[in-house]
Amino acid sequence: MMGSSEVRSPVEVRSDADPAGDPSRRTALSLLGASALGVWLPADADAQTKPKSSTPEQPPRALQAAMAELQQGRPIQRGRVRLELPALAENGNLVELKVSVDSPMTPADRVSEIHLFSERNPIATIARYRLGANAGKAEIETNIRVAQTQRIIAIAKMSDGSLWSDEAEVIVLLAACIDGSS
Amino acid sequence: MAQNPPRRIIAPETAARGKPVQIRTLIQHPMTTGHGSDSGGRPVPRRIIHKLTVSLNGAEIFSADLFPGTAANPYLSFWTVPDASGELVFTWFDDSGDQYVERRRITVD
Repeated sequence: MMGSSEVRSPVEVRSDADPAGDPSRRTALSLLGASALGVWLPADADAQTKPKSSTPEQPPRALQAAMAELQQGRPIQRGRVRLELPALAENGNLVELKVSVDSPMTPADRVSEIHLFSERNPIATIARYRLGANAGKAEIETNIRVAQTQRIIAIAKMSDGSLWSDEAEVIVLLAACIDGSS
Repeated sequence: MAQNPPRRIIAPETAARGKPVQIRTLIQHPMTTGHGSDSGGRPVPRRIIHKLTVSLNGAEIFSADLFPGTAANPYLSFWTVPDASGELVFTWFDDSGDQYVERRRITVD
């Protein structure tokens, strides 16, 4: 008991001294924490909100204009279209693309057009395809140029005039050349 | 560029009636975007294949409007259900005004 109280007392002395020191340390730490959060959170929030505000919600003007020309006031619905692109493209000058559309492809109910749009190429429209009445299968393959990391959008126009879409993000390591060589 | 650029069609010679067949096309072309400049800093004008049309016995079965976002040596694959035996005609339209034509026979069983 004596030994343990002897051991305890220095501990108690310390713990007596600590209540004075501890809160101040805690205050200091929490202040540091708060200031650290104060510095980091807004920066982090900015990093998260800035690309969002300039990409999906507000597509660049050229893309908006190109899509509006196709839409003629009609809504674009998500679905029925499947756009396949590599998630990562080493060379933006040649990116393999496949687009397929879920449709019965009968003369009365079929895909009549497929449009490909780019978010950040110098020209928003990449290509548009008109499928014949006897296409039988709505599936197109091609190779596109992707100037930089961006979204690519595929929109199918059905024979009833409705518009359906899919999109895919491509990360580009080597940007498509916009110089004289290409 | 060559006056008559090489091109390639991969299409079956025969097709089962009512069944879709895949047709693949390729033409050798730089698809110059018009956004760049040469080594002397002069702008290089756009020169691309801006259109491809495909017909079977004179009726259009597929067409494409292409822009500089389509890669060099434009490759295109699509499907069709040939309604009769006959001739497929592929026509590529160059910005230069040239047209390049390729023909293939297809027999429907």
